[in-house]
Amino acid sequence: MKTLDYVAEVSAVPIGDILRRYPLAVDYLANIRLVGVDETKTLPEILEDVDEDMLEEFGLDREEVIFHFSAFLEAFSRTDESIETISSITILGGRDKTGRPEMLELTVTPGEVVSIVGPTGSGKSRLLEDIECLAQRDTPTARQILINGSAPDLDKRFSTGGKLVAQLSQNMNFVMDLTVQEFLEMHAKSRMIPDSAEVVEKCFAVANSLAGEKFTLDTKVTQLSGGQSRSLMIADTALLSSSPIILIDELENAGIDRREAIEILVGNEKIVLMSTHDPLLALRADKRIVIRNGGVTKVIETTTEEEQTLHKIEAIDSALLTIRNQLRRGAIVTNESIPEFQEK
Amino acid sequence: MKLITVAGPPSSGKTSVILKTIAALGLPPGSVGVVKFDSLTSFDHQRYDEQQIPNQTAFAGKICPDHHFVSNVEGAVEWGMKKGLSVLVTESAGLCNRCSPYVNGILSVCVIDNLSGINTPRKIGPMLKYADVVVVTKGDVVSQAEREVFAFNIREVNASATVLFVNGITGQGAFMLARYWQDTLDIRTLRDRKLRFTMPAAICSYCTGETLIGEMYQMGMVKRMEFDDA
Ligand SMILES: Nc1nc2c(ncn2[C@@H]2O[C@H](COP(=O)(O)OP(=O)(O)OP(=O)(O)O)[C@@H](O)[C@H]2O)c(=O)[nH]1
Ligand SMILES: Nc1ncnc2c1ncn2[C@@H]1O[C@H](COP(=O)(O)OP(=O)(O)OP(=O)(O)O)[C@@H](O)[C@H]1O
Ligand SMILES: [Mg+2]
Ligand SMILES: [Mg+2]
Ligand SMILES: [Zn+2]
Ligand SMILES: [Zn+2]
Repeated sequence: MKTLDYVAEVSAVPIGDILRRYPLAVDYLANIRLVGVDETKTLPEILEDVDEDMLEEFGLDREEVIFHFSAFLEAFSRTDESIETISSITILGGRDKTGRPEMLELTVTPGEVVSIVGPTGSGKSRLLEDIECLAQRDTPTARQILINGSAPDLDKRFSTGGKLVAQLSQNMNFVMDLTVQEFLEMHAKSRMIPDSAEVVEKCFAVANSLAGEKFTLDTKVTQLSGGQSRSLMIADTALLSSSPIILIDELENAGIDRREAIEILVGNEKIVLMSTHDPLLALRADKRIVIRNGGVTKVIETTTEEEQTLHKIEAIDSALLTIRNQLRRGAIVTNESIPEFQEK
Repeated sequence: MKLITVAGPPSSGKTSVILKTIAALGLPPGSVGVVKFDSLTSFDHQRYDEQQIPNQTAFAGKICPDHHFVSNVEGAVEWGMKKGLSVLVTESAGLCNRCSPYVNGILSVCVIDNLSGINTPRKIGPMLKYADVVVVTKGDVVSQAEREVFAFNIREVNASATVLFVNGITGQGAFMLARYWQDTLDIRTLRDRKLRFTMPAAICSYCTGETLIGEMYQMGMVKRMEFDDA
């Protein structure tokens, strides 16, 4: 439907029905201070009784309100076609910090996890940034990112830039003054998910399964602990974010079940790239990129042998976790807590 | 010369974004200039000086900042032309939330930050509603969900604008904004161009220096509020 079709609809149909057809419409009216309107009247009829001076404060006259309102309905009724299905992204090498060419062509597909390892300052975050902005040889690294095997055109880069890629990092916090439930509902609404109750419930359950200490739906998001916040962000990104690509910058030390976190993201057919210093996360990936001096020097496929060592590393990690939990509970740590020592 | 008008609430990241975008433009030093419009004080000139960016600051002082902007933006353009700039950026702070410094046909950029609260986009008004590009900063410190909800609230107010995420500290995303700057119109003067939105109606007695409170001191344009009967 075009804007003019909406103008016709808005002019003929009582506002009450319009509000039921387009739940977001209430926001538009609230934004121009039209609340508690007579639902049996049409918008033009309602506007007849509205003070013109009030509308003028918003820079609108009656006709313009109807037109803008219709344009609003049009904009928010568009199906989310702009998000095409992503079958792969490809990173083409640029140059490292000293200008030497970077030999790299790496394609990643949904459900795959790639970790990025390298010394501090080597350029891990920079690589994530290149992916986020779909670099086209126009960033300091001169890398190029392909979507489904070809260069995304400029328009796509602009219109979907933010939506294609979701980011998670250590520094991120919640700032909204909302409860967990309100927060999830609000995110679902912005995604225009019609029946949000189910997905909100699921998100909440998943977040709680990742977090050490459980929280409730009526906890304020700003009052969640670091680990709880991170859990909620991961669950929300996996289940409620539309972005098919997820970039994670250093998730470690968050006090959450990292293994399960990765599984949840991958299970939702996302492409996951994460920079990390954590062996457990690095080896859990299908591949890992090694960066030095701003350039990728190696791409290593996780070998079967590495996968086997992973079990041992997990054992060490869970031993550490047991000790951590003992400390948290106020217990005394003994040699028995450490498996290696028990053998002796 | 290309003219870009940048506006936004105080400390939303305007100067940071402008500096990063100028760097992303990659033009010869001295060919991009900035005029800062503010009400009382500003330290932005120090940051522009540091990067050797030609700049001027205009203080509204006791004049309404919005009116001050319109009466001086033409002069700013003349200054830019005389300096031989290829891009002139105006940075406006201190305007009220009812106003916008945007001119028809001139690229209008509104900078707001993720930390300012999710309902802020709904409260800013014309500065957001009439912008061509809305730049959202400080996305590095909030969750993905909040960025998405914030962008959604922006679209509810201005469905036609392009929303860009720029990190004012690292400059991530600034080159996208630079693309928009490059594509904008070349002008020589602003004369006869129209503002996108009317400036606040004046004049009341307080505009002209009255300080006493009371109905008998009020003259001119006054909007009186109606309160509920107690
Ligand atoms: N974390 C973070 N901080 C930012 C970002 N952008 C700007 N800042 C910080 O926000 C503060 C204000 O930024 P400015 O660029 O001075 O803001 P402004 O809008 O020019 O401020 P006025 O001109 O004084 O109104 C500075 O401390 C910046 O470093 C961002 O993307 N992320
Ligand atoms: N190929 C490159 N060419 C030029 N500059 C680069 C290149 N790669 C990285 N850099 C720059 O090097 C600096 C450090 O990189 P970055 O922040 O990505 O490191 P990091 O690996 O994430 O470090 P940490 O582990 O401490 O987070 C950044 O300023 C980045 O822009
Ligand atoms: Mg980093
Ligand atoms: Mg400033
Ligand atoms: Zn004003
Ligand atoms: Zn006055």
